[in-house]
Amino acid sequence: MPQRIRVLVAKPGLDGHDRGAKVVASALRDGGMEVIYTGLHQTPEMIVNAAVQEDVDVVAMSILSGAHMTMFPRVLELLKEKGVDDVIVTGLFGPGTDTRDIVTYIREAVAQKRGA
Amino acid sequence: MADTDTTKKAGVAGKAKEAWKEKAAASRQRDVEFTSVSGEEVDLLYAPGDVADLDYDRDLGFPGEYPYTRGVRHNMYRGRLWTMRQFSGFGTPEDSNKRNKFLLEHGQTGLSVAFDLPTIMGYDSDHERAEGEVGVCGVAIDSLRDMETLFDGIPLDKVSTSMTINAPAAVLLAMYICVGEGQGVDSKQLRGTIQNDLLKEYIAQKTWIFPPTPSMRIITDIMQYCATDVPQWNTISVSGYHIREAGSTALQELAFTLADGFAYVEAGIAAGMDVDAFAPRLSFFFNSHLDFFEEVAKFRAARRIWATDMREKYGAKDPRSWLLRFHTQTAGCSLTAPQPFNNVVRTALEALAAVMGGTQSLHTNSMDESLALPSEEAVHVALRTQQVIAHESGVPNVIDPLGGSYYVEALTNRMEEGCRDYFDKIEKLGGVIPAIEKGFFQRDIAKAAFKYQRAIEEGRQVIVGVNKYVDEGEEIKIELLKIGPEAAKRQRRVLGTVRNERDDAAVKSALAGLRAAAEGTDNLMPHFVQCSRVYATEGEMIGVLREIFGEYREPPIYW
Repeated sequence: MPQRIRVLVAKPGLDGHDRGAKVVASALRDGGMEVIYTGLHQTPEMIVNAAVQEDVDVVAMSILSGAHMTMFPRVLELLKEKGVDDVIVTGLFGPGTDTRDIVTYIREAVAQKRGA
Repeated sequence: MADTDTTKKAGVAGKAKEAWKEKAAASRQRDVEFTSVSGEEVDLLYAPGDVADLDYDRDLGFPGEYPYTRGVRHNMYRGRLWTMRQFSGFGTPEDSNKRNKFLLEHGQTGLSVAFDLPTIMGYDSDHERAEGEVGVCGVAIDSLRDMETLFDGIPLDKVSTSMTINAPAAVLLAMYICVGEGQGVDSKQLRGTIQNDLLKEYIAQKTWIFPPTPSMRIITDIMQYCATDVPQWNTISVSGYHIREAGSTALQELAFTLADGFAYVEAGIAAGMDVDAFAPRLSFFFNSHLDFFEEVAKFRAARRIWATDMREKYGAKDPRSWLLRFHTQTAGCSLTAPQPFNNVVRTALEALAAVMGGTQSLHTNSMDESLALPSEEAVHVALRTQQVIAHESGVPNVIDPLGGSYYVEALTNRMEEGCRDYFDKIEKLGGVIPAIEKGFFQRDIAKAAFKYQRAIEEGRQVIVGVNKYVDEGEEIKIELLKIGPEAAKRQRRVLGTVRNERDDAAVKSALAGLRAAAEGTDNLMPHFVQCSRVYATEGEMIGVLREIFGEYREPPIYW
């Protein structure tokens, strides 16, 4: 039996729009994954530390304000600095995305990574 | 005559309706769920029996009279139309100043300012946590200098200004007072609103700074100060909007918002104020979603519950304390990214519900808001939507036109009952703040949001253009407003100039005064005004308070 997929659902930035992050967290859990939700107002440093500590397969970041342009590259950079190369980092998709597609996407991405 | 009698009897007894329903049930029925947007079951038909206990004088009354179910003014929209107030703010204070002037020239009657996230969270534009956020979701304000630019050429004694600001609301109000001073406008002439509703921040919007207790202290300081010095200012806009956007149902929006409102009333009384000294300056801010009748019922129930409890429970004697006045914004969360032009229609329906529900002011969303900040063209259509309702539809001619509808009255009653049940639950948890600390609201909202999302994904809730009538291969061609890094550069430049030119000794002394007041019990407002006057920055003022009050952290909860 394959190991359960561990996902860090992270909410970076200063905004408080956590509706999407929480809905996705619930959907991933219902999809059989282990979900760690960071809560709000996370810095890239906090996210990367949590990802390393929790030994997750995936970091899913939900950003509604404009800050993804700075947040996303920073998280990738910090992971690289820590020598972490087996974590999939993904954004949480645009408005109107079906959560079932997110579950499928993460499953496939992890399978590919584990297979590789 | 005979017909009317039969119908009435049939309805009251309910028997004829049941018999009729059997016939209806035997007829063809579409295979969908007949529920409201909030997932509430609704009956096929409403008849007199569904509102048999309704007492006109007790439950409805006349507009402008207790319990105000039908409206807060005797003459409603024949006296004055609702204020058309489009929320606006982005980039630099110069950009926002230009947009506001554009809106005023096109017939908008009140200003509404959106601030960027660093301003909302009490950071100056050069703080590391501000990176990538300056001017993005609203206008950046660091010091009085920016505020002067924002309101340049706009006489503050002629407009009313709504500022969507919460944790640092006192600072922005203080800066506004100082802009007035500079224009020679006395603070007693200033009209407007600060949102200043921290309870809904902990519940839904989540842009808090301090823990609940010091937040409540700042709020009561503002209420006290404004009662004497800025008497025309609405000190709190108790907001359901964000609760709804976070995914709540209509009932949760209503119940949680009113519970918050009453919590402020209790805090004001506990701070030693006479309820009638501050309650008339509390106003409300609701969402208007797509389920037309549910929304109208929500607005009507809100007025009745507020009036009843303010008079009966809190002993308010001034009728102005009983009035629930509210601003409405159409539901951003109901808009879709695909087929954005459909959003114009959604917004029009939601706006109509707000008007039929007796709103005092209204913001209509722009069709491109699910994607980005609205473009000028989209804002234009949104404003025109309100003007069509106001001047072409005939709706504003008659007050509460849906009053007396069996359906709407039954829904209004159901809203009130549901609300009372929630009040009981909250009381059992020890009140609003303990309920927040226990995650009660957050969990309930997350649950409703997830349920709604599932209903969409399983096709039980149809969203046109999203899960039905999808245009395959649609490319979204809408002009989007994007904020470049220029705004951040401009803010840093101005901030540098302000720090160089201001009187450092005066700033130091003003900030020391603020610190002493925060450590003690003096009202903080005069200190915020003094700090603003000498060009202390927002980040400096909030920084002092962060040291004393600490920062709030919530337990991360999802359902």
